[in-house]
Amino acid sequence: MTEANDWAPSCAIETLHARAAALAATRAFFAERGVLEVNTPVLASHTVLDPAIESIAIGGRYLQTSPEYHMKRLLAAGAPSIYQLGPVFRQGEQGRWHNPEFLMLEWYRLDFDAERLMLEVEELVDCLLGPRPYLRIPYRQLLADRFGIDIDTASAGDLADICAQLGYKASPATPAEEALDLMLAAALNDHGKGRVFVTEYPASQAALARLSVSEGRPHAERFELVIDGVEIANGYHELADPDELAQRMAADAEKRRASGLPVPKRDERILAAQHHGLPNCAGVALGFDRLLALKLGTNGISPVLAFDWNRA
Amino acid sequence: MATYATNEFRPGLKVLLEGSPCSILENEFVKPGKGQAFSRVKFRNLNTGRVWERTFRSGETIEGADVLETDMEYLYNDGEFWHFMKTDGSYEQFEAAATAVGDARQWLKEQDVCSVTLWNDSPISVVPPNFVELEVAETDPGMRGDTAQGGNKPATLSTGAVIKVPLFIEIGEVLRIDTRTGEYVSRVRD
Repeated sequence: MTEANDWAPSCAIETLHARAAALAATRAFFAERGVLEVNTPVLASHTVLDPAIESIAIGGRYLQTSPEYHMKRLLAAGAPSIYQLGPVFRQGEQGRWHNPEFLMLEWYRLDFDAERLMLEVEELVDCLLGPRPYLRIPYRQLLADRFGIDIDTASAGDLADICAQLGYKASPATPAEEALDLMLAAALNDHGKGRVFVTEYPASQAALARLSVSEGRPHAERFELVIDGVEIANGYHELADPDELAQRMAADAEKRRASGLPVPKRDERILAAQHHGLPNCAGVALGFDRLLALKLGTNGISPVLAFDWNRA
Repeated sequence: MATYATNEFRPGLKVLLEGSPCSILENEFVKPGKGQAFSRVKFRNLNTGRVWERTFRSGETIEGADVLETDMEYLYNDGEFWHFMKTDGSYEQFEAAATAVGDARQWLKEQDVCSVTLWNDSPISVVPPNFVELEVAETDPGMRGDTAQGGNKPATLSTGAVIKVPLFIEIGEVLRIDTRTGEYVSRVRD
């Protein structure tokens, strides 16, 4: 943007007050519960290997896409339950609900599982947006309800057909994960208003969640909170096993290699920390700007940022 | 022709989609937090006017379309084609087929300036001026004393268009029409 008025903020001045009030309320929420505020590095020597998250490299280091590894290292070293409010960076993620730099609220609770953490997410969201009911829908059920398929038994051809209905050119060679991402985005978009936790992700989408088995089928103890079709938070009952973490990192690195993406060196320190011992905990990352946008009813996050990407 | 990647999709960009020239209306970046990024795009098919919705993998490219909108003066109809001339001083002429002229045909009057969309130098659509002045060719006799309100009747205009007009309108009168709605606006006095 090179318009003459691009010196001016993206948000109204009164929005600065609303943001400050929401930040203060969040800090009070955690202070009340005895959760400690921490600050970890924003620019660090390593980054994540997630195939669909691109880091911004700068001066031989990486702007962090989430404070997860550093916070887990604090937990492994004996920190109590902790939270952090800070900027994170993701290359190329720009749109109505995305800005390459955004404010992340991330917190970890010792001895919580996914369900107990979801309850706390509810309390925080109720505190900031006002109380509303929450639905919990397992991932499989969400896609079964919307598309009439069982994702465990669906063939690549079934998935390609659904993609075609959604206006997406896929073939049986399209990776199942890509088709599932598209279907999940469509299902959430169509779900409309309301607060929904998507739970029990398929094992292939575990990210850093631990796996468990229900009704004979493995699933990840991962959840996402979606409000009015907008993804707000992503949480895990955290994977503690360092060997499994190493395997997942290797699998992610392989996917990056296969797609011709850069493959950053894996972070040995998070592995060493988890060898030392990550306590039983659950953690969640919440997009603070999106939550504020929902609170203020703006249709996107630009109007709640002091300066969005085009003005920064 | 250039190709464009999803991050270059802007409203108004003209691209070739499944063989048809399209204008991008909307491009929404969609990405589940940990998942693949997509662009959910709405297009207007410039041949049919229909809106298409397609989703692309982020970073995918599509071909641009050589589409140009220009002002042209309507000259005449030869029974098969409608002939237009550029108003930029080049006097360059183009012939448009019925499929390109579409519903605009009922508002076309010689010397009116229209917006003509060219794809690979051929007209694919014609938008008439927002307001045109056309003569009434046929209508029931006017009813005097009923000039203000109430009731209307059909009238056939010199171009063949049939519109609703107030009861007092007579054959031979020139009317101002809003082509976007097809509605009578007023009488035009000499």
